[in-house]
Amino acid sequence: MQDDFEMAPPGGESLTVEKAIANLQGDDPGLRYYAAWWLGKFRIATQEAIDALLAALEDKSCRTEDGGYPLQRNAARALGKLGNQKAVEPLIRCLNSEDYYVREAAAQSLQKLGARSSIPALIKLLEGGVEAAVQVPGKPHLTQPYDAILEALGSLNAKEAIPLIKPFIEHPVKRVQYAAARAMYQLTGEAIYGEHLVQGLQGKELQLRRTALMDLGAIGYLPAAEAIAQTQAENSLKIIALKGILEHQLKNNSLETSNLSDDAIRVMSLIDSLL
Amino acid sequence: MTYTVINNNSIENLIRAVEEATSADKMITAVKALAAARHPAAIPTLIDVLRYNNPGAAVAAVDGLIELGEAAVQPIIDRLDSYNYGARAWAIRAFAGIGDVRGLDLLITAAKTDFALSVRRAAARGLGNLKWSGLPTEQIPAAQKQVFNTLKLVCQDPEWVVRYAAIVGLQGLAIAVIANPPEWFTEILTQFEEMATTDTEIAVRARARLAKQEISK
Repeated sequence: MQDDFEMAPPGGESLTVEKAIANLQGDDPGLRYYAAWWLGKFRIATQEAIDALLAALEDKSCRTEDGGYPLQRNAARALGKLGNQKAVEPLIRCLNSEDYYVREAAAQSLQKLGARSSIPALIKLLEGGVEAAVQVPGKPHLTQPYDAILEALGSLNAKEAIPLIKPFIEHPVKRVQYAAARAMYQLTGEAIYGEHLVQGLQGKELQLRRTALMDLGAIGYLPAAEAIAQTQAENSLKIIALKGILEHQLKNNSLETSNLSDDAIRVMSLIDSLL
Repeated sequence: MTYTVINNNSIENLIRAVEEATSADKMITAVKALAAARHPAAIPTLIDVLRYNNPGAAVAAVDGLIELGEAAVQPIIDRLDSYNYGARAWAIRAFAGIGDVRGLDLLITAAKTDFALSVRRAAARGLGNLKWSGLPTEQIPAAQKQVFNTLKLVCQDPEWVVRYAAIVGLQGLAIAVIANPPEWFTEILTQFEEMATTDTEIAVRARARLAKQEISK
């Protein structure tokens, strides 16, 4: 969701496709950073845009004070939105980046691209298991972007990773737990994992309830529908989660040829009540 | 509307608890208690809460105002701070829930032009929830047609959830007029048919199908 925060254009200028690509290849780090974001945001999937973003993904000149690669991060995020498989190999290489946020963006984008060829590289990042998944001293993050990795493995249907993912249900960080539960549900279809996320809707922190909502919507876990409608969070997020569940129901029985199922009608009446 | 029996002394205490709340959480608890009293004397305080930029408290206040129903409508119109965007959005949600026709113009404007999709969707749903008996009989047909035209337009909204809400609104309108259908009634059916087959979002297509089912019951 953080992708959707509005970024202010430097100097207030509005971009065109040509200008964005030119800026991305220019010298001004601020303009480059903004252009990479802009190309993803507006889904500019032309060959020029893809090539310029792939070049930005290798950029070593833009550095943050603590050694991060902000342009690479934005390029990796943008490439996930553009749906071009040419980005898969370069993004897999990014999973070895020294910058945590580049690794995180790459895992998220590989998930979006449905890149099953990235499964071995994603699994490698789980090395050491839960014991290795600790906070990096002085940083606000763990050793790896575990939630992004686990989510990607679940979405990519990486059944071979089940034994590695399962222990993360016990991880002390709730967000990581939820990502593991989400992946386990997608990989096994077992209700116990969906219920783990339903428990998350009762959590004390709003941000965690939001995470659980989005996870339940993503996996389309029907038994959570009422709990979603009742949790303490914004209606907009509850509606998005219920829409995910509704879509899951509708895909299971083709809309054009059959009647609406009672379950689909139930979910819609919950959405109605939240408008 | 039956009000819970509550003496004026305790309603004053409940109002004071809202005014003196020292944290966001205490405010929410106090507003919930005040809303639960369902007492008309709570209305001005509940409206003031809409301005406090405390979403939890605002939700409770809106729920309380909806419970109080028509008694809350004129005070909301009178006290509405048109320069406070957040407060106006919450008030529109309250109007949508109450369904009083005095909110008609505000709901129409909000459904068509508000920049927040949460306000557009609430207004669109509210337009299907109006209690038409509140209008003089001779004004009803023109007002209903105006609502129909508005919702038809809102069916083109770029946001899926607003189109979804427009269908819910149109379904409510269709059921309100079905006993004595005006000449534009068949256009509602056409609109549902079209959205059920061509909308880009499967959730919207499904809701249009459900609307067709509901009005042919």
